[in-house]
Amino acid sequence: MSENLIKPENLVYKKTDVMTDRILHYCPGCAHGTAHRLLAEVIDEMGIQNETIGVAPVGCSVLAYYYFNVDMQEAAHGRAPAVATGIKRVFPEKFVFTYQGDGDLAAIGTAETIHAINRGENILVVFINNGIYGMTGGQMAPTTLQGMKSSTSPFGRDVKTMGSPLKITELIAQLPGAYFVTRQAVHKPANVRKAKKAIKKAMEYQKLNKGTCFVEIVANCPSNWKMTPVQSNQWMEENMFPFYPLGDIKVPEEN
Amino acid sequence: MKELRLMKGNEALAEAAIRAGADAYFGYPITPQSEVIEYLMANKPEERTGMVVLQAESEVAAINMVYGAAGCGKKALTSSSSPGMSLKQEGISYIAGAELPCVLVNVVRGGPGLGTIQPSQSDYFQSVKGGGHGDYKLIVLAPSSVQESVDYVKLAFELAFKYRTPVMIQSDGIIGQMMEKVELFEQMPRVEPDYEWATIGRKEGKPSTFVTSLQLQAEEQEKVNLRLQAKYREIEKNEVLFESHYCEDADYLLTAFGSCARITRKAMEMARAKGIKVGLLRPQTLYPFPTEEFNRLAGQVKGILCVEMNAGQMVEDVRLSVNGKTKVEHFGRFGGMIPNPDEILNALEQKIIGG
Repeated sequence: MSENLIKPENLVYKKTDVMTDRILHYCPGCAHGTAHRLLAEVIDEMGIQNETIGVAPVGCSVLAYYYFNVDMQEAAHGRAPAVATGIKRVFPEKFVFTYQGDGDLAAIGTAETIHAINRGENILVVFINNGIYGMTGGQMAPTTLQGMKSSTSPFGRDVKTMGSPLKITELIAQLPGAYFVTRQAVHKPANVRKAKKAIKKAMEYQKLNKGTCFVEIVANCPSNWKMTPVQSNQWMEENMFPFYPLGDIKVPEEN
Repeated sequence: MKELRLMKGNEALAEAAIRAGADAYFGYPITPQSEVIEYLMANKPEERTGMVVLQAESEVAAINMVYGAAGCGKKALTSSSSPGMSLKQEGISYIAGAELPCVLVNVVRGGPGLGTIQPSQSDYFQSVKGGGHGDYKLIVLAPSSVQESVDYVKLAFELAFKYRTPVMIQSDGIIGQMMEKVELFEQMPRVEPDYEWATIGRKEGKPSTFVTSLQLQAEEQEKVNLRLQAKYREIEKNEVLFESHYCEDADYLLTAFGSCARITRKAMEMARAKGIKVGLLRPQTLYPFPTEEFNRLAGQVKGILCVEMNAGQMVEDVRLSVNGKTKVEHFGRFGGMIPNPDEILNALEQKIIGG
């Protein structure tokens, strides 16, 4: 039956060429695949595939360079904003993005994140916040919620001894170098559309040379939250969104 | 036209970076090398050649900015001094692993820890034996004058791009801070990179390029290591540099590198004046090491004294080179102290000639 359906007139969606054909290694239900696709589609729609240089982090998306069909560099843990600075400073006309998780961006790379944005580097930072270290197997992240269990907070995050979850996005929105800061999600079609719009806006702002654009995507981690994809999305809505509310945090003044 | 100037070592090195056609410098202040970035900022290379100069938030950020620029095929460099160099080791390991060319400058000061701001050579092991994690090597050039600080910047970029490997210029607080007459080479043009390994933007119809030091499959990571080792054997074959003084008739050999070699040369002259036939072998590349030359001379001399501003680091490579053929001893002052020619001559007489 499926063979009968595959006809040009039935084609409503085609995978963008800015993503390679390599099979994603991400777990079932993970947000990374959707986030990758949105960024790739934006690059495709803007026609900037050959002018874009991306920076992959250390974390689940360490192999992002296998999936994006644009030139990319793989940075040391937390150093993506510094690597992106090096790229953008020698190639100011290129579109440069980093794609980082919460441990990478908000723990080990906090200094690089804050200072790159404070300098107003004209780059796009895509920040995937799922409140956990995914690749290393579910340890506590800087953004792990109070009381949330992880393999290094097995009885729940105790803020008295482990610190409070870090609202890094609100923090960096204070910096003069941050031009556009927004928090999105990609777990429902409506959110996917909004997130893509935000990424596109951020990438287009890069042409203006007005500073860093920062798109946080609050995401699930079914494997390390030890939930089904559906449960994890529900848990995310009920627990992550109240603490990390979706929406624009800093928008350019002229808008 | 060649140009003669009286310049401080660090400033001359910075000027050489501009003239070598460098595309970018990323650094962080630390004594005794801050004049490098100060000179660059004051001399507006952005206007002169289009070279980018940026003060990073840390040495860690600076070396990763170098990684980014080097990954784009650009000529990038950073400089620091010992504690800062320790911070850069992670990034240097990634640069070596990703096989990117860049130039690193270490104006060495005494350690360990915060140590002292006085000159030292105590980072020999860190520079020559690896420093960061994993099996990698840096080409290490050891200037003993302001002139060599200038000439080695050009050489370092040539070697870095020839082998796609990080090259270190290991200077020290003496060379960095002293003023000497220096002949500057002419301005070289900056080159637009077009290397297939560099991320310069995907070429239409071709697969995209990525820069990485990651191979999750052990078989693949072993291949990377074998490729690196093959490269290091080539470097060892082709790039050894040393300077010999009065070695041909020598009964005894002094060896030293960098600033220490100049003091040691004075000790050699004093020994010669006393009728003792002493030669001096000065490695200019600490890696690759002049192993064969040491081995050759070991068959001729009755002993070798290795003089260093550290507790005995290069002496290990000298011993490995001579492989027991002759006696090898070490004399060092450290923690920022500088040996004088009298105590070197005394050590030669006590440890080698009389010992």
